[in-house]
Amino acid sequence: MIEKLFSMDGYGVFVWSAFIFTLFCCCILYLVAKIQLKKQENKFFVKFGKLTEEKIKIAKKQKINKEILVNKPDYNF
Amino acid sequence: MFQIINPKNLFSLSNKIRKILFFLFIILIAIGLLEALWFSPKDYIQSHAVRIMYVHVPSAWISLGTFSIMGLLSISSFIFKNKNFLIMSKCLASSGFMFSLIALVTGSIWGKPTWGTWWAWDSRITAMLLLGFFYFMYILSWQIFEKEETKQKISTIIAILGIINIPIIKFSVDWWSTLHQSSSVNILSKSTIHSSMMVPLVIMTVAFVMFSAIIFLMKYNAEIIKLKNKGLDRL
Repeated sequence: MIEKLFSMDGYGVFVWSAFIFTLFCCCILYLVAKIQLKKQENKFFVKFGKLTEEKIKIAKKQKINKEILVNKPDYNF
Repeated sequence: MFQIINPKNLFSLSNKIRKILFFLFIILIAIGLLEALWFSPKDYIQSHAVRIMYVHVPSAWISLGTFSIMGLLSISSFIFKNKNFLIMSKCLASSGFMFSLIALVTGSIWGKPTWGTWWAWDSRITAMLLLGFFYFMYILSWQIFEKEETKQKISTIIAILGIINIPIIKFSVDWWSTLHQSSSVNILSKSTIHSSMMVPLVIMTVAFVMFSAIIFLMKYNAEIIKLKNKGLDRL
């Protein structure tokens, strides 16, 4: 049964290569998008950490800034 | 409508629904793959080679749909002078490009056992290759230019020019005599595909749409954080 699934009457090489290529592309794109997002988040955390108390207060007034900081594991609100 | 796609709302929505979408995507893709590779029947002419359809057709649909949305967003940004539309369009490009690449490669793999060749300069396939180039040029336009204004102008022109290619791809099989078969799934007229094949096709399409949405939301969030990084510098 397993052999039949892989060979698919001789078409297995075409079918499996098409599916593997598709899933491979999806995984690569997902990883690239994830890395890009993490990179931008980390940049934000570093810059935010360097701000003075006064500037932190101003930055925290913005809703998006607060939401970005939610993803920072060690951040105290 | 502009309120829903406001960066604040979209960013907040993205954080909330991305994990749910990913979870649903994993379930759907697992069911879709099982259906496509195991439960769906083989074709009476193409035998098991027909299974390639379950990745090829949804990829082609999504790459066409994505570019259409990108074109509309670019036109809207030009009319309403709203830069958020351009950011959204930029974030859609990478998944659209990937699906156009998948459609081309899996189509080529499907062509070998059914047509006896990996490639033919057929009107549908050539127009699809052109779409891939438009995607590539669009992504490149955001990378190679220095000035933000130039990036926006060039990418908008590419998206608007590329949208002309969409109806050509769609109707190429009706307008010209092509090696590529005509549509089996139609919205306005009766589809010629059996329900046992239609079910996995729909599941795989929904799964790929979800994947595109996840990538879009991740890219969009990265772009917004990038803008916020610049905002912190100005404080």
